[in-house]
Amino acid sequence: MKDFNTTILSNQEISPGFFRMRVLAPGFEEGLLPGQFVMMRIQRNPAPFLRRPFCIFRTGSLPAECDGLAVREYLELLYKVVGQGTAIMATLHGGDRVDILGPLGHGFDVDFGAGEAILVAGGIGVAPLFMLGETLIRQRRVELLLGARCREEVLAVTEFERQGIETYVSTDDGSLGRKGLVTEVLEQRLKEGTPAAVMACGPLPMLKEIHRICNSYGVPLQVSLESLMGCGVGACLGCVIKGAGHSEQSPRQLTVCEDGPVFRDGDIDWSQWP
Amino acid sequence: MKQRKGRDELPGDKRATGTRGGKGPEEKAPDLSVTIGDLELRNPVMPASGTFGYGREYARLIDLERIGAIVTKGLSLRPKAGNPTPRIAETVGGMLNAVGLQNVGVDAFIRDKLPYLEGIATPVIANFFGNTLEEYGEVAARLADLPGVAAVEVNISCPNVKQGGIVFGTDPQAAHAVVSLVRRRIAKTMIVKLTPNITDITVIARAVEEAGADAVSCINTLTGMSIDIHSRRSRLANVTGGLSGPAIMPVALRMVYQVARQVRIPVIGIGGICSAGDALQFLIAGATAVQVGSANFVEPGVMVSIADGLARFCREQGIDYIRELIGSLVVD
Ligand SMILES: Cc1cc2nc3c(=O)[nH]c(=O)nc-3n(C[C@H](O)[C@H](O)[C@H](O)COP(=O)(O)OP(=O)(O)OC[C@H]3O[C@@H](n4cnc5c(N)ncnc54)[C@H](O)[C@@H]3O)c2cc1C
Ligand SMILES: Cc1cc2nc3c(=O)[nH]c(=O)nc-3n(C[C@H](O)[C@H](O)[C@H](O)COP(=O)(O)O)c2cc1C
Ligand code: FES
Repeated sequence: MKDFNTTILSNQEISPGFFRMRVLAPGFEEGLLPGQFVMMRIQRNPAPFLRRPFCIFRTGSLPAECDGLAVREYLELLYKVVGQGTAIMATLHGGDRVDILGPLGHGFDVDFGAGEAILVAGGIGVAPLFMLGETLIRQRRVELLLGARCREEVLAVTEFERQGIETYVSTDDGSLGRKGLVTEVLEQRLKEGTPAAVMACGPLPMLKEIHRICNSYGVPLQVSLESLMGCGVGACLGCVIKGAGHSEQSPRQLTVCEDGPVFRDGDIDWSQWP
Repeated sequence: MKQRKGRDELPGDKRATGTRGGKGPEEKAPDLSVTIGDLELRNPVMPASGTFGYGREYARLIDLERIGAIVTKGLSLRPKAGNPTPRIAETVGGMLNAVGLQNVGVDAFIRDKLPYLEGIATPVIANFFGNTLEEYGEVAARLADLPGVAAVEVNISCPNVKQGGIVFGTDPQAAHAVVSLVRRRIAKTMIVKLTPNITDITVIARAVEEAGADAVSCINTLTGMSIDIHSRRSRLANVTGGLSGPAIMPVALRMVYQVARQVRIPVIGIGGICSAGDALQFLIAGATAVQVGSANFVEPGVMVSIADGLARFCREQGIDYIRELIGSLVVD
């Protein structure tokens, strides 16, 4: 974990309202686990006070060039413009500087029994699943079920496919892939046969439904959660959720930033969300 | 990887931040040490309770032996679950929090957190609170004889559940009572942390000085709120919360100035400090030391940058001892 001031290499709008930011990050890959995240500080005026959490979409490196540029390692974020901070981020260009704190938190556990893995993404929830897919495809078959509201929100499909990950797209309005909810696709898929694990990231109602489905088919589930964050390192206790077995008398609270953002299904008290 | 260097907004400063004070060969390093009760601090910069966990959370990001002291999350007699979420909300120039004093409890602190801190050559200040007078006394008794706890900071911004929820720190008699009780239980340095949510903070400051406090720290958060106009709900589950960050600094500075003129014990300034320049304003207003809170979230290395910035300022100004600055405000 480091706090470093770095340079943006590129910041591209890949679909209306969705951006892909590449920043220089030498040595960042060392020990990095799929599902970890960073806290980004935006230093444009008026600067929002707090940092913003983002999953690490992928890492890579630009080859050395004959004009003397050395190998440049980078990390990429995939983000959606939703409010003040991300709107400012969207105005940044290559050459601008940002502060990145990370890698933070606990990522996905990729050490599980033989068999296939199914990744389920809802919209921008695809962000933490790319590195996960990259890791898992070396060990096993991997499928990605990618759900979005419309075709503009379907991101990075070809990149997953290029890894050899079988990708099934569904959209709410049917503008790309199957029309319907990704959770329906998952349930159908589990009827055909159960994988070794399901790993998911997306809106909470989607995750709750996936939790229900996986429980009824007895499939182990890991989810990546979001929460409002102050510090990102377990110090402010702003991001807590209730862990399984929590009670007022013997509190069992988990920080999404430090204990998560990836949790096993059984670690969480799912009843806390109506 | 390039570690970030300190960035202070000291006017006129063009020098690069030195890593260890960056003293030139011909220059003597300015003395940044200050004294609070029996505590000798290497420099006047420490974290504000609740923004630095139990210290270890930030150990990978900053050198804990370069700050003046480590102040713990507020401890209570029993583990406390705190408030429902959402607990934090960003606001202009700061944030609201209604964490609700979630903590592991004093016994788990002593068992699980203190041994690590004992290995760090920086004094530990245990911040604590109670829901009743008796609870304050009991927590104090548990901290009294621990060699690993150099001092305590008593948070009196809490409601007394036995007396209709009146906040100890808003009533001079209640504040006096709780501080006298803790004084009887604890011989080591006792700092009392004051709430700003009161008309005249100096009344409470004087009451706790008389009750035996060795120092006061001010301010705790200012009560505030923020509303989501679409849902018409507060952005905090607790409806109201405590405002912190740069937005509160002018108010905090004014209160430190007022308190420092009314008490003989040291004052620790807290509220919105983000840079050495901010910290210096508090010292000049009368603070002997400062605590940095929410700024740690934004810039984990900020306290070390501030300590470096203080040293740089002293060198530039030809100040040998930083204590010369305390209360040096010029009023014409
Ligand atoms: C671990 C983690 C990983 C994330 N990864 C990604 C990602 O890869 N791509 C992506 O587009 N988004 C991601 N998010 C969500 C992203 O952090 C928010 O969209 C972003 O903070 C919104 O900032 P804003 O200023 O534009 O929104 P505003 O609504 O103006 O923000 C106000 C405050 O609320 C917080 N906030 C708002 N929405 C969220 C949210 N959904 N989750 C957490 N905090 C929020 C902001 O951080 C800020 O403190 C992630 C969130 C978490 C917790
Ligand atoms: C998330 C959070 C938790 C806090 N918890 C405590 C606490 O447990 N005890 C306490 O005395 N003050 C607590 N405070 C108040 C701070 O110590 C400090 O007084 C206040 O934040 C003002 O300083 P700042 O503007 O530098 O943040 C907390 C503040 C924040 C933001
Ligand atoms: S964001 Fe501060 S504890 Fe998780």
